[in-house]
Amino acid sequence: MKNRKTIILSNQEISPGYYRMQILAPEYNRLAKPGQFVMFRVQRSLPPLLRRPFGIFRTGYVEPDCDGMPAKEFIEIIYKVVGTGTGIMQELHQGDRIELLGPLGRGFDLGDPDEEKILVGGGIGLVPLYMLAEKMVVNSNVRLLMGGRTRDDIITVTEFERLGVGTYVSTEDGSLGEEGLVTQVLERKLDKYPKASVYACGPMPMIDAVQQICSQRGTPLQVSLEALMACGVGACLGCVVKGAGHSADHPHYLCTCKQGPVFHAGELDWSRLATPDAECGGDQ
Amino acid sequence: MAAQKTKTGTPVRPNMAVEIAGLKLKNPVMPASGTFGYGEEYAPYLDLNRLGAIITKGLSLQPKAGNETPRICETVSGMLNAIGLQNVGIEAFIEDKMPFLAQYDAPVIVNFFGNTRDEYAELAARLDELPGVAALEMNISCPNVKQGGIVFGTEAGAAHEVVALVRKKTRKPLIVKLTPNVTDIQVTARAVEDAGADAISLINTLTGMAVDVKTRKPRIANTIGGLSGPAIRPIAVRMVHQVVQAVKVPVIGIGGISRAMDALEFLIVGARAVQVGTANFVDPHAMATIIDGLEEFCQNEGITDINELIGTLEV
Ligand SMILES: Cc1cc2nc3c(=O)[nH]c(=O)nc-3n(C[C@H](O)[C@H](O)[C@H](O)COP(=O)(O)OP(=O)(O)OC[C@H]3O[C@@H](n4cnc5c(N)ncnc54)[C@H](O)[C@@H]3O)c2cc1C
Ligand SMILES: Cc1cc2nc3c(=O)[nH]c(=O)nc-3n(C[C@H](O)[C@H](O)[C@H](O)COP(=O)(O)O)c2cc1C
Ligand code: FES
Repeated sequence: MKNRKTIILSNQEISPGYYRMQILAPEYNRLAKPGQFVMFRVQRSLPPLLRRPFGIFRTGYVEPDCDGMPAKEFIEIIYKVVGTGTGIMQELHQGDRIELLGPLGRGFDLGDPDEEKILVGGGIGLVPLYMLAEKMVVNSNVRLLMGGRTRDDIITVTEFERLGVGTYVSTEDGSLGEEGLVTQVLERKLDKYPKASVYACGPMPMIDAVQQICSQRGTPLQVSLEALMACGVGACLGCVVKGAGHSADHPHYLCTCKQGPVFHAGELDWSRLATPDAECGGDQ
Repeated sequence: MAAQKTKTGTPVRPNMAVEIAGLKLKNPVMPASGTFGYGEEYAPYLDLNRLGAIITKGLSLQPKAGNETPRICETVSGMLNAIGLQNVGIEAFIEDKMPFLAQYDAPVIVNFFGNTRDEYAELAARLDELPGVAALEMNISCPNVKQGGIVFGTEAGAAHEVVALVRKKTRKPLIVKLTPNVTDIQVTARAVEDAGADAISLINTLTGMAVDVKTRKPRIANTIGGLSGPAIRPIAVRMVHQVVQAVKVPVIGIGGISRAMDALEFLIVGARAVQVGTANFVDPHAMATIIDGLEEFCQNEGITDINELIGTLEV
């Protein structure tokens, strides 16, 4: 956990609206765990004011320029352009200076060796699953179910295949793989591998549907959640989700940034996760 | 002015210590409540002993649930928040948070609030007993649930009453933190000084609102939130300036401070110290950079004691 001023090594569009950025990041190969994230400071002037959270796609080493020089460590993030911050990020180039705070948060539990693993990724939610797959393929069968709206949302699948992961693609418009939702594929796979554990990251409606399927079958599930974040370190309490057993008299919140972003499904209060309702008053 | 030098040519290190209501701070920089958790969240990034003081998240008697999410959103050069004063309550604070803070020599100032006058008083009495608490900062920007939810700090009479009641319960330095959401800040400042406040801190967040034009929903669940960050700094400087004119007790300036230059504005208009809030989120090292920057400014300007700078506005 450090804040570092560092530089961008590369920044390329990999599919319409999706970019892959490589950033110089010492110590991350040793420290970063699958499912952890960084708080990215886009620039030192405004806007944007706040840092933006991004999952770590993978870590690695750049070949040194000459023999005897130490290899440089990097991380890669993959981001979708959705607003102000990511809009500025897509314009950044090799050598541009940025700041990284991380690695942050609690990542995935790797589960028992030899058990079947099913990873479910919706669109950009695929990002934190790559390092997880990298670790898991060593001793388990890993399958990736990858869903998106169109073929443009299906990214980096061949890289998962190169790890030895079995991949199954579905798109809502049928432009790539099977037509339909990734959850249909999940039901079929769980029929076939009823003892599998599931690891999911993606949009909230997808996570919610995956949770319902898994809880009906008693399938162990870990989910990686997104939340609006200001600090990323547990100080602002902006990013909370309700934990199992939460009530107004006995509040039980979990910070997505610190106790998450990965949670075991049983830790969360699913009845209210997807439907926040506004009430309460008072300024700070 | 030329920088003061010692005989060997190295610049003299200026005195950075200030005093507020008997509380000695090694420098005038401390975190703003609610933006620094209970200290431990930022300890991996910043040596807490460098700070003038540590101020903790707003505390209540009972643990408090807080608002629905989304609780925050970014706005132009600022952010809106409606956390809803979620906190662990006094018992868990004493048990889980105080031992960590006790490792540091920076004085701990506990920010607190209540839903009724009696809650304020009871909590102040509890905090008064705790040796690890150097001073209290009383947040009066909360609705009084017994009186139709009117915010204590927006009505001078109510503010006077609740501060006077708390004053009777504690001998520790009592800092009263003002809400800027009033017509005349000098009126509330005089009221709390008269009720026995040892110092005044301001500003708390300004009420604000933002709308998502696609969904036509407010961007935070609570609809209305508190605006903080660089966007509010000119308003905060103006209000601190006005309060300094109106009262004799020391004033602590808060609002949109991200750099030493920002902190200097507040000191020059007469604040004895400053608090840094939203900037901690942007840069966890911000307060250390500000402290270094203040010292460097003094050296460059030939100022040997930062107190010489306070209240030197030329008008
Ligand atoms: C732990 C975590 C990991 C993430 N990993 C990735 C990743 O690997 N790749 C990626 O592309 N995105 C990721 N996100 C989402 C990413 O942080 C947001 O897309 C980004 O902050 C948007 O910034 P912006 O300035 O472009 O958008 P803004 O202009 O701030 O907002 C545009 C839209 O994006 C939404 N948004 C803003 N911030 C977030 C957020 N923190 N989470 C979800 N939605 C948000 C807003 O509600 C709005 O609808 C992650 C979020 C979290 C919490
Ligand atoms: C997320 C957040 C939480 C806050 N919580 C509290 C609180 O619990 N008690 C309080 O008195 N002020 C609280 N504040 C107000 C700050 O202490 C400060 O007065 C305000 O943010 C203005 O300073 P800034 O612009 O430097 O952030 C909070 C502010 C933010 C942004
Ligand atoms: S982002 Fe601030 S507490 Fe999680």
